[in-house]
Amino acid sequence: MGLIGLGIVLTAGVLPALADEAASNTVAVAAAPAAAASAVNSGDTAWVLISTAFVMLMTIPGLAFFYGGLVRKKNVLSVLMQCFFLMCAISLQWVLFGYSLAFGPDVKSLIGNLSWAGLRNVGLTPNADYAGTIPHQVFMIFQMMFAVITPGLIVGAFAERMKFAAFALFTLLWATLVYDPVCHWVWGVGGFVRNWGALDFAGGTVVHINAGIAAIVSAVVLGRRLGHPHKLSPPHNLPFAVLGAALLWFGWYGFNAGSALAANGLAGSAFVATHIATAVAGLAWAGMDVLFNRRMTVLGIISGAVAGLVAITPAAGFVNVMGSMWIGLGAGVICYLFVSIVKEKLGYDDALDAFGVHCIGGIWGALATGLWATTTVNSAGANGLFYGNPAQFIIQLKAVAVTVVYSGVVSFILLKVVDALIGLRATEQNERIGLDLTDHRETGYTMLD
Amino acid sequence: MKYIVAIIQPDRLDEVLERLTDKQIHLVTVSTVMGRGRQKGIAEVYRSHKEAGTLLKKIKLEIGVNDDFVKSAIEAITGGARTGQVGDGKIFVLNLDECYRIRTGETGGEAIG
Repeated sequence: MGLIGLGIVLTAGVLPALADEAASNTVAVAAAPAAAASAVNSGDTAWVLISTAFVMLMTIPGLAFFYGGLVRKKNVLSVLMQCFFLMCAISLQWVLFGYSLAFGPDVKSLIGNLSWAGLRNVGLTPNADYAGTIPHQVFMIFQMMFAVITPGLIVGAFAERMKFAAFALFTLLWATLVYDPVCHWVWGVGGFVRNWGALDFAGGTVVHINAGIAAIVSAVVLGRRLGHPHKLSPPHNLPFAVLGAALLWFGWYGFNAGSALAANGLAGSAFVATHIATAVAGLAWAGMDVLFNRRMTVLGIISGAVAGLVAITPAAGFVNVMGSMWIGLGAGVICYLFVSIVKEKLGYDDALDAFGVHCIGGIWGALATGLWATTTVNSAGANGLFYGNPAQFIIQLKAVAVTVVYSGVVSFILLKVVDALIGLRATEQNERIGLDLTDHRETGYTMLD
Repeated sequence: MKYIVAIIQPDRLDEVLERLTDKQIHLVTVSTVMGRGRQKGIAEVYRSHKEAGTLLKKIKLEIGVNDDFVKSAIEAITGGARTGQVGDGKIFVLNLDECYRIRTGETGGEAIG
């Protein structure tokens, strides 16, 4: 009820703004069509629109089926539902106020103000601060897909045991109080991490470390699933997971190469770096599998590929192809060690390895950007340690640290608040029966016909 | 009347069915089941997490026969299912009290064929 009340208040506040915006758009376009037409580049706009659709595909069905295949039969719908719900809910949050908090005019380097709420002042003319050759609304919706997938990544940590209502409340709060501010610090004009000169091409810090830390915190706060670690059935449908991972890989071209915000050489370079890092990371994880378990596994090679995609995300537009290989190699090896050895030793139940892959891979990628970044790839970037600029590595380290601390602390508080309000965890009986049936009154698979 | 339950390797099913047909035994119920015998199954590994002693996929055949068909049914199943490897399966023979054909109401040995 509280949530619905909040929604009504927000909607009531913002709806007039939406109406105003519609009016002002029309006026702006009518008044200055020539200026708008000359500034917008059709190639750039086409590429960012396509990229937006690519990144949308990453959440549903990409991430949804990657995670859906890894859970047990009785929870497959709950995971698909969480991803689909996020696509709907965060899209709305983003246009109502999320985009304004993240990218709106700066308040004390910490957050955007609400003057872009309901997309007021976000029209069809480019905003030169962010992307000078595409309509501002196109930039807005490209960024929306990042805001959607980030809380989706956390699902992997608390899968199979969090109540749906608790999930919905937590992620809406998290999107507003963690994602939007961190996004502002790193990417928003005036954001303090951006002002330090930290490099995050497509969201290693904003998306992956941010979600990865929230993942480990939620895994610990919720506690382990019943039967963890030895009495849990294995992934119920690995072909789904392979399908999901492959769609993530495909969508990630939009995520990384699209982050060039233009159809240019930088987009091409980011595309190549993304692809190669992913290929190397898949092989690296498979190699670790052979080393430790004598055989390559399907789950291993796809996990490695996703780790590589995560790690190259902050670096994609700043490193050359050799740099991307080292980043991919490190991602495969380091994430493997975390998921296979460290997780086992520490005993936390990060169900689908959201922390081990996204946080660890994200931190590796953010730091590696400070090692292999070179201005020969992107003159707007900076050189890393291996190109004679050790200071960049320190900046990257600071950006990582501030994200880890903020996201960790606020995620913890939000989980505790939601727990106190409505309870986080499904009852023991519901967890045994499965969340598909108990939260949604549906089952993924029927036995007969 | 006997009720024969046989657990066999999935890849032997076609051969067993063919041999049963040769012996004029047509009525068979088949299901996919999970099970394990002395070979215990193959351990699976997911992100280095080992699942020991997993169950293996098997096929279960169920056949109701009159007493004079028991021997040929057993011959057909063993002949078709045997590879000589561990895991070839088992045949259980149970006494069968009664049998009804739902469509006609026939009972006993009449109904079973």
